[in-house]
Amino acid sequence: MLTTIQILLLAFILFAISRVFLRVKEKVLSTQTGFFWIVIWLAALVGVILPGTTTQLASYFGVGRGVDVIVYISLALLFYLVFRIYVMIEDLRHEITFLIRQLALQNSSHSSVKNRRKTSKK
Amino acid sequence: MKAVIIIPAFNESQVIFKVLESLPKKLDGITTVEVVVVDDGSSDQTANEAIKTKVNVIRHLLNRGLGAAIKTGFSWAKEHNADVVVTFDADGQHDPEDIPKLIRPIILKKADVVIGSRFLNKQAIPFDRFLLNWFANFATFVLYGASSTDSQSGLRAFSKKAVNLIDFKADRMEFSSEILLEAKKNNLRLIEVPIKAIYTSYSRTKGQKNVNAFPVFMRFLVKLLR
Repeated sequence: MLTTIQILLLAFILFAISRVFLRVKEKVLSTQTGFFWIVIWLAALVGVILPGTTTQLASYFGVGRGVDVIVYISLALLFYLVFRIYVMIEDLRHEITFLIRQLALQNSSHSSVKNRRKTSKK
Repeated sequence: MKAVIIIPAFNESQVIFKVLESLPKKLDGITTVEVVVVDDGSSDQTANEAIKTKVNVIRHLLNRGLGAAIKTGFSWAKEHNADVVVTFDADGQHDPEDIPKLIRPIILKKADVVIGSRFLNKQAIPFDRFLLNWFANFATFVLYGASSTDSQSGLRAFSKKAVNLIDFKADRMEFSSEILLEAKKNNLRLIEVPIKAIYTSYSRTKGQKNVNAFPVFMRFLVKLLR
C-alpha cells in the first residue's frame, strides 16, 4: 500500500517526466539532455515505489540509510548542475559582449563613412 | 607611427569633456594621435559630451564592463592600424603628462607592454585603495604567476605586437590581471613606469568600489577552475 508521501512524490515525478517529454518534443531540450533527465526521474521513481532499493544501494556504498545515500547523490548532482549553469551563464555573457562589440564597431565604421561622405560633398 | 588612446567610459558625463580636452594632440615620435572613447552603455550624456571634443566615439548598447570596453577599443585600434595603443581612464584619475613616458619604451622598441604604476614612487594614496591593490597584486601573482606593483592600473601602453597577441576573455575588472597573464604567456616584454595618481572625491566615488573586490576575486577563481 502506498503512503501519502509516496503518492505525492509519484504524482510530482510523473508531472516532471511529462514536462521533459514536452520540452524534448518542442526541441527546447536536446534528446541527450532529455535522456539525462528521464534517467534521473526514473531513478527517483524506483526509489519512491520500491524504497528497499535505496537501502540496498546504501549498503552497497557503505552508507547507513537509504535516504542518506539519496541525499548525498542529490547534493553532489545539484552542485555539479549549479556549476554547469554558472559556466553557461558566463559563456552567454561573453556571447552578448561579442555581439555588443560587433554592433559598436559596425556603427562606428558607418558613422565614419557618413562623415567622409559629408566632407567630400563640401 | 600612429597612436590610439582608448578611453573606456561609463557614466562619466561630468568629467569626460575636461579629460578629453586635456589629452595631448601631439606626441614625440608619433605622427598621428587618435582618441577613441568607448562608451560602455552609459545612461547619461557621456557620448554626447565626448562627441563635442571631436574625438571618435563608439558605443556599447549595453553596459558590458571595463574589460569588454578596452577589448572593443583594441579591436578599433587594430582596424585603424595603430602602432601604439594607450588606455586612459575617463574619470580624471590619470595625468595626461604621463602618456609620453608610457609610450617612449614602445617607440624605442624596448617594451611591448608598459604599465603605469601608482606605487613605484611614494605618493599619497588612500589606505583602503593601497590595501586592495596590494591584495589584487598578491592574488594576481598567486593565481596567474604574474607579478606587478600595480596589476589594476588603468593607464597602460601596448605595442602593435601586444595588441595583436593579447586576447583576454574577462569582461569586467578581472581583465587587468588577465592582461598580465597574456603578456607573460606570449613572452611580451613588460615594464612598469611610475605615474601620478590623482585621487579626487569624484574619482573615488566613481572608481572601483571596495566591496567589488570580492566578486572580482571569485570570478578570478572560477576562471581558473573552469
